[in-house]
Amino acid sequence: MSRRLWRGVTRNLVGFYAALALLYLFLPVFVVIVFSFNDNVGRFNFTWQGFTLDSWLNPCGVAGLCQAMIRSIQIAIVSTIVATALGTMVAFALVRHRFRGRAMTNLLIFLPMASPEVVLGSAMLALFLNVGVRTGFLTILLGHIMFNISYVVVTVKARLLGMDSRLEEAAMDLYADEWQTFRRVTLPLVTPGVVAAALLAFALSFDDFIITLFNSGNTTTFPLFVYGAAQRGIPPQINVMGTALFAVAFVVLLVGQVTRRFRRS
Amino acid sequence: MTQPLVAPAADTGADVAPPVRRRGRWIPYLLLLPGLLWLAIFFVLPMLTVASTSLQEGSLAQGYELTWRLANYTEAAQRYAAQFSRAFLFAAASTVLALVVSYPLAYFIAFKAGRWRNLLLLLVIAPFFTSFLIRTLAWKIILSDSGWVVGTFQTLGLLPEQGRLLATSVAVIAGLTYNFLPFMTLPLYASLEKIDRSLIEAATDLYASPFTAFWKVTWPLSLPGVVAGTLLTFIPAAGDFVNVRFLGTPSQSMIGNVIESRFLVVLDYPTAAALSFTLMLAILLLVGLYVRRAGTETIV
Repeated sequence: MSRRLWRGVTRNLVGFYAALALLYLFLPVFVVIVFSFNDNVGRFNFTWQGFTLDSWLNPCGVAGLCQAMIRSIQIAIVSTIVATALGTMVAFALVRHRFRGRAMTNLLIFLPMASPEVVLGSAMLALFLNVGVRTGFLTILLGHIMFNISYVVVTVKARLLGMDSRLEEAAMDLYADEWQTFRRVTLPLVTPGVVAAALLAFALSFDDFIITLFNSGNTTTFPLFVYGAAQRGIPPQINVMGTALFAVAFVVLLVGQVTRRFRRS
Repeated sequence: MTQPLVAPAADTGADVAPPVRRRGRWIPYLLLLPGLLWLAIFFVLPMLTVASTSLQEGSLAQGYELTWRLANYTEAAQRYAAQFSRAFLFAAASTVLALVVSYPLAYFIAFKAGRWRNLLLLLVIAPFFTSFLIRTLAWKIILSDSGWVVGTFQTLGLLPEQGRLLATSVAVIAGLTYNFLPFMTLPLYASLEKIDRSLIEAATDLYASPFTAFWKVTWPLSLPGVVAGTLLTFIPAAGDFVNVRFLGTPSQSMIGNVIESRFLVVLDYPTAAALSFTLMLAILLLVGLYVRRAGTETIV
C-alpha cells in the first residue's frame, strides 16, 4: 500500500515538476510574443502600453532590420551547405575507413566544441588582424563554417555508428559495386543524420552572436542588429522577428516528427 | 597542400598487410582533407596567432612586436583574477542549477511521457529558436524592478522592499542557466532513454526502495549524460559576456566581458590574447580533470 502511494506521489511529483520546468522554458517566449503586440512609444520595448498590430503589419519598418535578417539567412545557408559537405566526409572517413592519425582527427574535431566562443572569435580576429584581412561578410562565413564542421561530424557520425553495416555487405554480396551500394543503400540510410546535422548547423549559424561580433567588421547580421538595438532602443519589430523564428522552427520540427512517424507506420 | 595526401598512402605500403584494393586506401585521406584543412586554417592557425599575439609588446599607434613578453600573462592574471574567478563561479552555479532543472524533466520525458515523448522533446528545444539575444532581453523584462517576479519575491519576503533582481549576480546566473539549458537536457535525456528498464525492475524486485533503485541503478547509468550535459553547459557559460551585459552591471563582469572589450573596444591585443589563451587552457584543464574523475567514478 505504502509503496503504491509512494509510486503515485513520485509519478505525479515528477510530472508536476516537468510541467513547471516547461512553463519556465516558455516564460521568455510568452514575453517575446506578447511584447511583439506592444504599442510601444518609448525607445525601449520593456513596459506594456497597449495592444497594436502595427509591428506585425510593418515588420521591416525599422531601418536595417530586414537587411540584417536576409544577410543572416544567406550566411546560414552557405555555411550549412559547406559545413555539412565537409563534416559528412570526415564522419564517413572516421566510421568507415582505417587510416593513420585518427586520434589527431578526433582531437581536432573535439577542440573547437570544447572552446568557449569568445576564444574562437577572438582567435580568428587575431589571425585576420595579423594577416591583414578586412573583416566582414566573408570572415563571418569562414568562422561559421569552422564551428559547424565539428557539430556536423558528431551528428553524422552518430547516425553512421547506429547503422547496420550488414545491409551494405548484403548489397555487395548481391553484386552491387561500391558506387551502387553507396547510392542505393548507404545514402538513403544516412540521409536523416545528414539532414539533422544540416538543420543544427543552420540554427547554430543563424543564431551565432559571439564569433560573429568579433569577425563582422561593418557587416550586420540579425543577432548583431539585436545587440545594437539593445543599446540604442529596441523596436517591437525585433519581437516580431523572434516570434516568427520561433513559429518557423516549431513548424519545421513538428513536420519532421510527423513525417518520421508517418514513414515508420 | 597535396603532400599529406600522397605521403601516408605511399609510406604505409611496406608495414601494413597488403590491402585488397590499392585504390581504396586513398579514400579516407581524400575525405578528411577539406574538413581538416579548414579546421587547421581557421582553428589551429588562429590559436597559434593568439599565442604569439599574447607575447607581443607595443602600442596600438606604434604597432605590436613579438618580444616573448610573458609579463602579459602575469599582469593579466593579477588584474583580472576577480573576473576569472567570477566567470568560473557563475558558470559552475548555473551548471548545477541547469542540472537541477533538467534532470527531473529529462527523467519524466524518458520514463513517464509515453507517446508524448517526441512532442515534449520538441517543446524543450523550441524556446531556443527565438534567438539567444532576444530571449535574454525577455529575461530583462521578466526580472525588471516593476515586474511581477520582483513583486512576488517582495511579498513573500524573499527580497527586501527596495531589493531588485536585475543588475545583480542572481539575474546573471539565472540568465546563464536558462540560455544553455537544452545543452543539459538533451544529453541527459539521451543517456536516460538508453537505460535498460529491466535493470531498474530487477532492483525493485530485489526489494530496493524506489529511491535506492534510482540512486544505485538509474543515476549511475545516467552519468555519461550528466558529464556531457555539465560540460556543454559549463563551457559556453564560462566564456559568456552577453548575460552580464544585458542582465548585470560592470561590477558582475566575467572574463568574457574583459576579452571582448580588450579586443574590440580598447584594442589592447596582447592582453586580450593572453586572457583568451589562459581561458582556453583553464577550460581544457578543467575538462580533462573532470572527465578523468567522472570516468573513474562511472567504472566504480
